[in-house]
Amino acid sequence: MTGFRTLLYKEILRFWKVSFQTVGAPVLTSVLYLMIFSHVLDKHVQVFDGVPYTSFLVPGLVMMSILQNAFANSSSSLIQSKITGNLVFVLLPPISYREFYAAYVLASMFRGAFVGLGVALASLIFVTLPLAAPGWILAFALVGGGILGSLGVVAGIWAEKFDQLAGFQNFLIMPLTMLSGVFYSIHSLPDVWQTVSHFNPFFYMIDGFRYGFFGQSDVSPWRSLGIVVVCFAFVAGLTLNLLSRGYKLRG
Amino acid sequence: MTAAAIRICGATKRYGDLRALDGVDLEIAEGEFFGLLGPNGAGKTTLISALAGLVRADAGTLEVMGHDVVRDYRKARQQLGVVPQELVFDPFFTVREALRIQSGYFGIRNNDDWIDEILANLDLTAKAGANMRSLSGGMKRRVLVAQALVHRPPVIVLDEPTAGVDVELRQGLWQFIRKLNGAGHTIVLTTHYLEEAETLCGRIAMLKAGRIVALDTTANLLARFATHSLKLRLAQPVPALPGSVSLGQGWLEFAIDRYDEVEGRLRQVREAGGEVMEMKLGEPDLEKVFVGVMQSA
Repeated sequence: MTGFRTLLYKEILRFWKVSFQTVGAPVLTSVLYLMIFSHVLDKHVQVFDGVPYTSFLVPGLVMMSILQNAFANSSSSLIQSKITGNLVFVLLPPISYREFYAAYVLASMFRGAFVGLGVALASLIFVTLPLAAPGWILAFALVGGGILGSLGVVAGIWAEKFDQLAGFQNFLIMPLTMLSGVFYSIHSLPDVWQTVSHFNPFFYMIDGFRYGFFGQSDVSPWRSLGIVVVCFAFVAGLTLNLLSRGYKLRG
Repeated sequence: MTAAAIRICGATKRYGDLRALDGVDLEIAEGEFFGLLGPNGAGKTTLISALAGLVRADAGTLEVMGHDVVRDYRKARQQLGVVPQELVFDPFFTVREALRIQSGYFGIRNNDDWIDEILANLDLTAKAGANMRSLSGGMKRRVLVAQALVHRPPVIVLDEPTAGVDVELRQGLWQFIRKLNGAGHTIVLTTHYLEEAETLCGRIAMLKAGRIVALDTTANLLARFATHSLKLRLAQPVPALPGSVSLGQGWLEFAIDRYDEVEGRLRQVREAGGEVMEMKLGEPDLEKVFVGVMQSA
């Protein structure tokens, strides 16, 4: 277990040493979103009964930060280590592929949660947030962070250059998170886009997470949790399979 | 009988049509200082990578201290320290952090006493708190050696550890590695500096195109393949003499098997009207063995 614990510690220390960039910057970006969107839309839009738009927006932004940073952590750490060649330090010791997976994903979840907490705390300057069902908040944060941390591992071991990783991030992860209901309820969309949104797993992560704050959501949180857990099982299974075969890591 | 530190049976690895390893059989005993030589692309690094679990062999078995590197990888890796060829480092950490982290990967906590000893032996103590980025190439190379030793592995593999390293560091490094070998560690070395291999290694394997083409003690290889050389500078050119090669600027070279052939060669030169101005006798060296083996394989 010491090998796993050390790898987890090293992954956390890695982003913590550059926390200005890995924690501070995403918190600032989210706060800017919050200030601008709330300034423009707060008086014009109300999604849930009795919930001002700015309050509605905060859980979406928090979850988006959790997801994007969880992905960024494992993917950027792996591709940097691959390109600079220092991944060899992790591949030479007696660390199993399961320990490798768990360490990278847990560190990603940790960074996601850390940034998410930062965004939530910063938003308290502007809004008051109810906590209708905190258990759901925790559940969706954990599973969502786990999914994106795993996807980050997949992207990190698949990509051979930064360009490919940026493609994965900008053309897959970013659109799926932005179009998942962070800024709106899907009930405000035309029917066809509502249907499309139901095929986006990120929608369930955000909708379920938001339920934990307001006790209101577009779909039942149980249904969201079920879908998100199935997605996690699928992505974790895929990632563990790639790692067990040494895909692109152990020639 | 000494147990095998490394046992490789029929190791094969292909990359497309290229056979990087073509059925390698090799056994290295505990405590040996072993050299693995071969031209670029011969398969040295692939063989080391297969031993270290960085590459999976298509066929064959590889064991470190009796532990299969695939089935029993945890124990096999615990017994093996590898100094990689590439000058790699993690820019996020200081030297000490990197060594503590590497110890942790091998399941060792509170390893500072041993880390301090390695740092002192590699002349790195003053750099313990320095970030890896700030170190010179030679210093980074030393840290790589240190990282391979944190878990006190009985078998140490050094893949071209002195490439691009200055003379002083090279000597310091070999002194330390010899000390480790003296303390019972098995050392496997690949290098392009053949004189290094000749001085350090008790036994040598030469690889070409993924196959072992020579395997013997260094002394036997030198005796078997290499000849002495007799070089003469003559006052004036003489007609071509059998068994000699002209080196230009008046120099002639004869290949001889034993020193008692010198007199016969000198007589041959005198009879051809040559006057000897200068003479050099060359010892057999591994470079000649290497060239001979590679040409005949």
